[in-house]
Amino acid sequence: MSDGAQPMVRAEGVRKSFGQVEVLKGIDLDVQSGEVVCVIGPSGSGKSTFLRCINHLEQVTAGRLWVNGHLVGYRERGGKLYELRDKEVSAQRRDIGMVFQRFNLFPHMTALENVMEAPVQVKGVRKADARRRGIELLERVGLAERVHNYPNQLSGGQQQRVAIARALAMEPSLMLFDEPTSALDPELVGEVLDVMRGLAQSGMTMVVVTHEMGFAREVGDKLVFMDDGVVVEVGDPRQVLGDPQHVRTRAFLSKVL
Amino acid sequence: MAAEAPDTTRPAPPEPIEAVPVRHPGRWIATAVIAVLAAMFVHMLVTNPVFQWDFMLDNMFTPAVLRGAQTTLIMTVLAMVLGVVLGIVLAVMRLSPNPVVSGTAWTYIWFFRAIPRIVLLFFCANLGAMYGTYELGIPFDQQLMGWLGLSGDLRFLGLDGNQIFAGFTAGLLGLVLSEGAYMAEIVRAGIQSVDPGQVEAANALGMSRGKAMRRIVLPQAMRVIIPPTGNETIAMLKDTSLLIAVPVTTELNFQLRAIGSRTFQIIPMAVASILWYLALSSLLMVGQHFLERRFSRGFGTRETKAQRAARQAREIGNTK
Repeated sequence: MSDGAQPMVRAEGVRKSFGQVEVLKGIDLDVQSGEVVCVIGPSGSGKSTFLRCINHLEQVTAGRLWVNGHLVGYRERGGKLYELRDKEVSAQRRDIGMVFQRFNLFPHMTALENVMEAPVQVKGVRKADARRRGIELLERVGLAERVHNYPNQLSGGQQQRVAIARALAMEPSLMLFDEPTSALDPELVGEVLDVMRGLAQSGMTMVVVTHEMGFAREVGDKLVFMDDGVVVEVGDPRQVLGDPQHVRTRAFLSKVL
Repeated sequence: MAAEAPDTTRPAPPEPIEAVPVRHPGRWIATAVIAVLAAMFVHMLVTNPVFQWDFMLDNMFTPAVLRGAQTTLIMTVLAMVLGVVLGIVLAVMRLSPNPVVSGTAWTYIWFFRAIPRIVLLFFCANLGAMYGTYELGIPFDQQLMGWLGLSGDLRFLGLDGNQIFAGFTAGLLGLVLSEGAYMAEIVRAGIQSVDPGQVEAANALGMSRGKAMRRIVLPQAMRVIIPPTGNETIAMLKDTSLLIAVPVTTELNFQLRAIGSRTFQIIPMAVASILWYLALSSLLMVGQHFLERRFSRGFGTRETKAQRAARQAREIGNTK
């Protein structure tokens, strides 16, 4: 990392195998601070796995992955790698928010309790402060009326917006989105994308695995096309979507556009 | 018609249906049969002299019996609370990635589920015969001191075996050891019923594994754990009558039977026993109901207190 501005995420030759199956076959990618990077590709291309490696939900089998200059999941000393302890991994993840395809809200807690949980339990924020901040965040995602509802009393789009507020409550410097609109009814996709667009405009660094080409074109600073465990093409979204250079990118886009 | 109804564009509402309902003669026959059987049963209860209702009522609330009921309830609650704690520990061990830890839990469950409670209770009652005193200290202390060339031992606490493993404590020990094995399987099923995405979400928020278990997984597992635990509690209430193997003589069934055999009124006191256990298990069912309601939060469609308050506030705001 010799260049002056340190990238938020740097991947060098990242590989990941599940048993015999190699899902990631050497990913190189930089995400600069404040950048919105959208990752597209056919299912099974490894894009979700790569995203999950960034916050160590999956352990990489080869290569190096840094977030904010810190090696993910390991400590390097004297040319040797040491696995981090559970507590240290947890500490690394505090800086990284994640939004899941299936929301994964805590069903036994109200929307507000979902948002308050991590600040209170992990950061030790006082309950009153966490509550005030939680209500603010839920207002920001347009759910001021729904703070006391349980997840099963909310629509999919509302649940996903609570999930975004929950991730933001930890004040992350990087947000990961794993197909955030894929489990939603078509008419609910817009409300979630609106929140994400606002977040992007506020300067948040985001890595978004998505099938929403319109969002990628309009909001993304960079578009990554992955196929079969490798990055096939990276570039300006308008350019990649409008004039794909690689034959595999063209084949994929002709199916989805 | 048109003069009466100015709105002629809307068709008249259809007439409500008036049809002859399907008859269910089978239901009437079944009801009649059950009514006759019930009448016969009540008639027997009233006319058969063996029941001695007055005698039963006079003797089922004596101070000794009430103390027995108290012992039974306290034993049930203590054995269940400790059994649940042991069960949670065993279940977490069973799900551990460490094969030695999970194997230990498996062996424990295998062993204690195999032993009939009455056999285990009898064994626990006689632990005093294995060692005279039970001491707490550093393992292999005598060998250790020998190597260091010192004499003496490293023990802090000694208890008389015959004293600890008698009566109540022996009975409690046996019931807890056995219950822990059953509860471990119930808790494990509960933990495994929670969507793995929940742990991922908790981890992604920076929660450690232990915290995710305590704050996210166990509260959700409780919903699955409570109904079979209610079963276990009622079974435990009844199994306290096995304490006769220790023996714990202050327990409810023993007290009622003692009156029965002393006075040769076996049936009345047996019925008294039935009624007592019925009453106590009904009491426990009430407790279960409230526990279930507490842990089903977020799974029903019930309105919470805060939601009701918010809705009422909105409605008042709307009417203004």
